[in-house]
Amino acid sequence: MEDLGEKFFQVVIALAIFAAIIGLIMLLVDRAPKSFRDKATIIGFLAPAAVLLAVGLVGPAVLTALLAFTDRNGDPNGLDNFVWMFTQPEALVTLRNTVLWVILVPLLSTGIGLAYAVFIDKARGEKGLKALVFMPMAISMVGAGVIWRFMYAYRGAEQEQIGLLNQILVWFGSEPKQFLLDAPENTFFLIAVMIWIQTGFAMVILSAAIKGIPNEIVEAARLDGASAWQQFRNITIPSIRGALIVVITTITIGTLKVFDIVRTMTAGNFETSVIANEMYTQAFRANEPGRGAALALVLFLMVLPIVVYNARQLKMQREIR
Amino acid sequence: MGFVRSKKAVLPLATLSALALTLSACGPSGPEEGGGGSEAAADCSTYETYGTFDGAEVSVYSTITDLEGERLENSWVDFEECTGIDVVYEGSNEFETQIGVRAQAGNPPDVAIIPQPGLLAAHAKAGYLKPAPAEVEALVDKNWSEDWKGYGTVDGTFYAAPMLASVKGYVWYVPSTFEEKGWEVPQTWDEMMTLSQTIADEGTMKPWCAGFEAGEATGWPGTDWVEDAVLRQAGPEVYDQWISHEIPFNDPQIADAFNAVGDIVKNPDYVNGGFGDVRSILSTTVEEGGQPVLDGNCAMHHQATFQAANWPEGTTVAEDGDVWAFITPGEEAGAGAITGGGEFVAAYTDREEVSAFQQYMASAEFANNRVQQGAAISANKGLDPSLAQNPLDRQSIELLQDENTVFRFDASDLMPGAVGANSFWSGIVEWINGKSTEEVLDSIESSWPSE
Repeated sequence: MEDLGEKFFQVVIALAIFAAIIGLIMLLVDRAPKSFRDKATIIGFLAPAAVLLAVGLVGPAVLTALLAFTDRNGDPNGLDNFVWMFTQPEALVTLRNTVLWVILVPLLSTGIGLAYAVFIDKARGEKGLKALVFMPMAISMVGAGVIWRFMYAYRGAEQEQIGLLNQILVWFGSEPKQFLLDAPENTFFLIAVMIWIQTGFAMVILSAAIKGIPNEIVEAARLDGASAWQQFRNITIPSIRGALIVVITTITIGTLKVFDIVRTMTAGNFETSVIANEMYTQAFRANEPGRGAALALVLFLMVLPIVVYNARQLKMQREIR
Repeated sequence: MGFVRSKKAVLPLATLSALALTLSACGPSGPEEGGGGSEAAADCSTYETYGTFDGAEVSVYSTITDLEGERLENSWVDFEECTGIDVVYEGSNEFETQIGVRAQAGNPPDVAIIPQPGLLAAHAKAGYLKPAPAEVEALVDKNWSEDWKGYGTVDGTFYAAPMLASVKGYVWYVPSTFEEKGWEVPQTWDEMMTLSQTIADEGTMKPWCAGFEAGEATGWPGTDWVEDAVLRQAGPEVYDQWISHEIPFNDPQIADAFNAVGDIVKNPDYVNGGFGDVRSILSTTVEEGGQPVLDGNCAMHHQATFQAANWPEGTTVAEDGDVWAFITPGEEAGAGAITGGGEFVAAYTDREEVSAFQQYMASAEFANNRVQQGAAISANKGLDPSLAQNPLDRQSIELLQDENTVFRFDASDLMPGAVGANSFWSGIVEWINGKSTEEVLDSIESSWPSE
């Protein structure tokens, strides 16, 4: 209890300090000379965010970039870390897996989410059906990883199965399978978990976009005798193109950074590692901060263009509106 | 006062002054007092040798927290009372990273209790540590074996006295089952293999069960297995050369040890009782791995003393209890070679009270005080084994104190992190998953960092 009281006290103090700093800035901005007031306002309100960004984001990013060119002892070693990344078989497996994740997760979760959104559109019990698919979004990645480990759990053929999927296999008369141990298909079983989570996200956004399609266009198409497929192909898809791109890019960014699922389910063993997981392993377990930083840098370079594209799309959409 | 010109300024000013008030109320709360106040005055005659230091303070930093931390603090209450030294203890789960940060920043504790000889050596080489005082060295010469002293020695200079210990390489079994079936506890590695074959032939249960799954650390119980085999079959010299990389990781002697272990854990006739085939070792958690021993689905399980905590509540660990353990046998009967772990008491300052504390930590009194509180063992020869709180601890202490016992630190803890905490683990995983010994050893060898 004493601890809790102390913590609470610290929180109050921290909040008070925050309020005091904001107050001080407001006071100073308010008291600035007239000629300078506009600039003072801008500087006064942007400076705190800029300082925090510099200390918390730009600084570490620059340091990480520098670290990527050093060895275990912190001495510069040129491109060695990158050479390692693109030559060592286990590092190559990591890159291959990341590519598989990035291709499969956005495509499949958006595809399934879109199909689901179209099929249940205006169906009876639509809300309930949506909630069912959306629910995995509410579960943390680690939680999802633990749940699916139970789904894939393995016991020998002579033992009683404890995993659902293996029990189903046994009911159909086949041998239980080590879902998480057999490379390379185990990577696909991990990807399935991410798709399970992200489909709900895609479905909700796309469903909202579909509802936003003006009724006149749909009716006009019907009057012209367009089939369901033609409607979907020529009306729905072009109308929700913006939403589709946002969904795909957002899921792609999330997938590139995937770490929790792999770490919880296989810890990167059995040839299932991905860049983010390998980065952590190298930097914090293998004591190779240089290699970890190099992997982080590559990950950053992979995510960057997608983020830029995503931001541009958002901006363009806003301009259209 | 023309200072407060606008109403807008009032709120921030009020906040500021409120803050000033709160801060002034937040004075130093004072260090927490140790829990020994109400106990009867200790017999101080045994503590006379340390001298008295009124008002002196020694700060101690370690990985040991919660109940274990309390027990540790209790074990020096009398010392504090008799010498007047206030031992300010801090246990932290972030010890391994924090100790480096603090030493680098010039803000180290007086004493750190370091669980890895590698970390100890790094700090000694960086010049952070003070060499142990002559009195401490004399105590360690008297109370510990050469092996143990060696782990506290860096480049010929003795720095840190050992504290507590743990013993690895036990094989757990159910004594009543062994009696019923007429199985004998094996005295040599060969007998162990013969027994495994006998159990496999009988067919009522698999001889072994294992679980190597531990998240990112998956595979580590396998490294313990291999270390036991290297130490017992190739001997302590090879074991030391293996750790220091004087012989490569894919040396034939290491390969032999892998194969000897593989004859058990990669043999589908011998594993994995209660779980399935060989590869189910990888999908079974360390905690679950031994349970089939109690269920009667497997006969033996290889795990350190801390397996005692994995049995269900109410399981008695004793020679005539529900479950008991024998130490993994060597090539010859009675050849005592064991692997394990321990902590070391290293000093970053050399004040007199710090030296007095180090001497106390190296003494038999400390070992006795700590062990009689339970759940601890030490290799201190002055320790009275009868103080141990359970039969397994007593057996472990006797093993550690035995003159003939060769003790070696867990090898993976001494290897560079890239191997000991990464490629050795993942190598074991691939090995169990079907790769050949040769392939796995070559891959681990190639991951050994070049200096």
